[in-house]
Amino acid sequence: MSSGFAGPTLEVRGLRTHFFTRGGVVKAVDGVSFEIGKGRILGLVGESGSGKTITGFSILGLVDPPGRIVEGEIRFKGENLVGLPDDRLRAIRGDRIAMIFQDPMMTLNPVLRVDTQMIEAVRAHHPVSTKEARARARDALGRVGIPSPDERLGAYPHQFSGGMRQRVAIAIALLNNPELIIADEPTTALDVTIQGQILYEVQKLCREGGTSLIWITHDLSVVAGLADHVCVMYAGKIAESGSVDDVLDRPMHPYTKGLLGSVPSRNKRGSPLAQIPGMTPSLLNLPDGCPFAERCPRADGDCRAALPPMVEHLPGRAARCIHPHLEGRA
Amino acid sequence: MSAPIAADLPAKVETPFRRLASEFVEDPLAVIGAVVLAIILLVAIFAPLISPQNPYDLSKLDILESRLPPGAKSMDGMTFWLGTDGQGRDMLSGIFYGLRTSLAVGVFSGICAMAVGMAAGLVAAYLGGRTETLIMRLVDLQLSFPTILIALILLAVLGQGVGKIILALVIVQWAYYARTIRGTALVERRREYVEAAVCLGLSQPRIIFNHILPNCMPPMIVIGTVQVASAIALEATLSFLGIGLPITEPSLGLLIANGFEYLLSGRYWISFFPGIALLVTIVSINLVGDQLRDVLNPRLKR
Amino acid sequence: MTVFMVRRLMQSVVVLLLMSVIVFLGVFAIGNPVDILISPDADQIERERAIRALGLDRPIWEQYFVFLVNAARGDLGRSFVFNEPALRLIFERMPATLELAGTAVVISLVVGIPLGLYAGLKPQAATSKGIMAGSIVGFSLPTFWQGLMFIMVFAVMLGWLPSTGRGQVGTFLGLKSSLFTRDGLAHVILPAVNLALGNTALIIRLTRAGVRETLLQDYIKFARAKGLSNRRVVGVHVFRNILIPLVTVIGLEIGGLIAFAVVTESIFAWPGMGKLIIDSINQLDRPVIVAYLMMIVLLFIAINLIVDILYSVIDPRVRLQDVKG
Repeated sequence: MSSGFAGPTLEVRGLRTHFFTRGGVVKAVDGVSFEIGKGRILGLVGESGSGKTITGFSILGLVDPPGRIVEGEIRFKGENLVGLPDDRLRAIRGDRIAMIFQDPMMTLNPVLRVDTQMIEAVRAHHPVSTKEARARARDALGRVGIPSPDERLGAYPHQFSGGMRQRVAIAIALLNNPELIIADEPTTALDVTIQGQILYEVQKLCREGGTSLIWITHDLSVVAGLADHVCVMYAGKIAESGSVDDVLDRPMHPYTKGLLGSVPSRNKRGSPLAQIPGMTPSLLNLPDGCPFAERCPRADGDCRAALPPMVEHLPGRAARCIHPHLEGRA
Repeated sequence: MSAPIAADLPAKVETPFRRLASEFVEDPLAVIGAVVLAIILLVAIFAPLISPQNPYDLSKLDILESRLPPGAKSMDGMTFWLGTDGQGRDMLSGIFYGLRTSLAVGVFSGICAMAVGMAAGLVAAYLGGRTETLIMRLVDLQLSFPTILIALILLAVLGQGVGKIILALVIVQWAYYARTIRGTALVERRREYVEAAVCLGLSQPRIIFNHILPNCMPPMIVIGTVQVASAIALEATLSFLGIGLPITEPSLGLLIANGFEYLLSGRYWISFFPGIALLVTIVSINLVGDQLRDVLNPRLKR
Repeated sequence: MTVFMVRRLMQSVVVLLLMSVIVFLGVFAIGNPVDILISPDADQIERERAIRALGLDRPIWEQYFVFLVNAARGDLGRSFVFNEPALRLIFERMPATLELAGTAVVISLVVGIPLGLYAGLKPQAATSKGIMAGSIVGFSLPTFWQGLMFIMVFAVMLGWLPSTGRGQVGTFLGLKSSLFTRDGLAHVILPAVNLALGNTALIIRLTRAGVRETLLQDYIKFARAKGLSNRRVVGVHVFRNILIPLVTVIGLEIGGLIAFAVVTESIFAWPGMGKLIIDSINQLDRPVIVAYLMMIVLLFIAINLIVDILYSVIDPRVRLQDVKG
C-alpha cells in the first residue's frame, strides 16, 4: 500500500487543532498525520468527538474561533495550506478540495434555489457565464443520478428528499472536478438502501475521475466496503492506521479491536456483544498517558505514565500502543 | 430580579445558581447594571430618609426659590444640587420620590402581570382544547397591537389613578408571560420527568406547581426584567402625556412633563435630571436582563 | 396563492368585526355618551327625546348593528369638538403621520441593518460591543424624554433645527409631503429620528441575533466550503435568512411606530393623527376616538397582510405550505 505514486495528493503532518474555550483548551485534533495518494480512498474512523470532523475542517481552513490550527502541516500537492492567506485558501476550497457534510437537511441554504447554490459554486472559481455554469450544474446533477435535472435545478432544497439533497450536495462537490473530496459521514443520516447507492456512486465517480477521497465515518462496515486505507482516531489522535484489510482483520490497537467487537454481525449471533467499558474521555483534561488506558483491558502503569508513541509495528501498520495485538504475527 | 439569585449563593456551593452567577459576572456591563440597579432600589426604598426635603410637603416649598439652577442655595442654607422646579421644589428630592413611585408601579404591575399571565398560560397549556384556543387568540390579539395604544385606550376609558394605571399595565403585559409560559410548559410537559411524575400518581396541581413551574422559571425571569423596564417606561410616557398617574403621586414621567414648558427657555434641569434617573434605571434593568438571557439561554452556549 | 389571499382576507374581516365589537363596547358602552352629547342644563323631556333620536334607548346589540351599518358606509359619527365627520378628520391628519412613520422606518433600516450585521459578524470587536451598548441605551431611552432632549440640544442650544410643526409641504408627482421641501425636511428630521431611535436599536439587536444564529448553520459552512467570497456568504446566504425575521418585525414595528407617533407628535406639535387622538381623549371626543381606533385596526390588518405576502415571497418553505393549504 505504501508506494507506487510520485507524491501524495494530501499529506497531513503533526496536525494540532485546539479550541480555546472558557473552560480550557480542548485538544480536538492533537498530532494527526496521514497521507492519501491520487485516486485513493482513505477512511477516517472514530466515535463522535474523536476529532475526525475537525480534521476535515482543518484541511479546508474552516475551523471557527475559538478553535485554530496551532501546529502541523497540511501539504496539498506539496503546498502547505496551514498559514496560507485567506484568498489563496478560498481559491482552493470548493475548486480543488471539496467537502460533503453529514446532514443533508442542513447543508443546503433553505431560502436559495438549487441552481443559485450550484451556479455560485462554479462562478466563484471559473469566469464562465451564468448559462455555462448552469449547464455544468445540470451535468453534475445528472452524474449523481438525479432524474430530470433541468427541472430540479429550479427547485428549493425542501422540495427534495434527504437522499436527493445529499446527491445535490455531492453534485456541488463534484462541480469543479476537485482533486480531493472530504466526505464527513455523508450517508449517516440516510436510509440504508440509499446509503448503499450513494457509496457506490461516490466510489465510481472517484475512480473515474482520479479524485482522492477522505471518507470520515464512525461506521467500520462502510469503510470495509469503500476505503483502501484506514486511520482509526481516538481522542484527537490516530490510534492505528494501515490498509483496510489489515486493520479490520487483524487490529493491533485494543481500541480498534474493541470497536470491531462491538459491531453486531451474523457470525457472532448468539454470543454476547463485546463492549468497550467506560466512556470517551473529555478532551478538556486528558490524562498524561494513553487516552484509552482507562477503558483498555491491556493497560498497565506504563500506559498511564506517558503517551505511547505511534510505532510502525509492521510495515505499513502503525499503532499508538505499547501492548499491541501482535499475536500470531511477526 | 438578580437579588434573590445572589442571596442564594453562599449557602449552596455546587448549585446551578452558582454557575449562573459566575457566568453572569463575566460581562462587566451587566455587573455595573446590577450594582446601579441595587443602588437605585435602595434610594427608592429609603427616599423619605435620604431626601434633603419632603418635596410634597407644600409648607416647605417657597415659590421664591422656584426654577433655581443646580447648585443654588436656599434661603436657609440648603443646597439644591439639581436645582428646583417651577414650585421651588428640590429636584433631587423630587427624583428620589419619583423613583419610588415609578419603581413601585413598575414592579407591582410586573408581578401582577406575571401572576395573571402565568396562570393563563399554564391553564392553556394544561387544559388544551377550546380553553387554550380562546386564551391564545386573546394573547395574539393583544400582542398584535402596540402596548402604548392599548394603554392609551384603556386609560381613556378608565380615567386616571394609580390603581387604574396598574390595571392598564397588567392588561398590556400579561400576554407576554402567557405566551412564553405556555410554550415552555408544552415542552416541559412532554419531558420524561413529568411522565415519571404522572406514573408515580402525583396529583395534577402538584405536577404543575412542583415539577413544571420551576422549569418554566428561567424564561419568566428574563421576560420579567424586560417587562418591568418597559412598564416603567410606559408609565412615564403615559404620565408625560397627562393620562397616567395623577399629580398627587408624581412619578418621573410627570416631573419631566412639568419641565417641558421651561425647556425652551433654557431651564433644562427640570426635565433633564428626572430623565437621566429614568434612563439609568431602565438601562440598568435591561443590562441585567440582557445578560440573564444570555446566561439562561442554552442555545447560545459554545 | 389566491386561495391563501382569500383566506387571509376572510380572517381579516373577522378580526375587524371582533375589534369593532371591542371598540364599540369599550368606548360607547362604558361611560354615558348622553352626558357628553347633551347639554347638562337640558330637562328630562329633552334628554329623553335626544336619547331616542340617538337610538340610545334601544338594546345594545341593535345599537351596535346601527353603528356597524353606518361604519360600513364610512360614517363613524361627527366630532363633538370640530363638528366635522370624524373619519374626514382622521384622513386629513393621516398623511402627516404616515410620512413621519415612513421616514422613521427608513432611518431605522438604513442605520440598523448595517450596524447589526457588523455586530453579528464580529461579536468580539470593540466596535460591536459599543454598538450593542448603544443599542441598549437606544432601546431604554423613553421616546418622550429623548424628544425633549433633542429639542433642548438641537433647537434651543444649537439652534440648528426647528422644534415644532411640519413645515412647508411640497407636491411631487401628485403626492403632498413635507419631504419635498427644504423647510419640510428640516422639520421632519428631529421627530423622525426621535421616533426611529428605539426601533433602530431593536433592528440592530434583531439583525445581530439573526446573523449569529445563521452563522452557526451548516449551510453557511458549506457555502464557505464551496470557496465563496465572504461578501457572497454574508450578502446572500446570511442576509436572505435574516430577512425572514426582519420582515416580520419590521411589519409589526410599522404599526408600533404609528402608535408611538402619538408621543412624538405631542412633543413636536406634529399635526398628525397621534396628536389628534391625544387631544380627543382629553376632550372626550368619542367619535374621533372610535374612528381613530377603527382606522388603526384597518391599518394593522393591511400591514399584517402585506407582511404575510412578503413573507411567502422570501421564504420558499412558507410558499409551499400555502399551495398545499
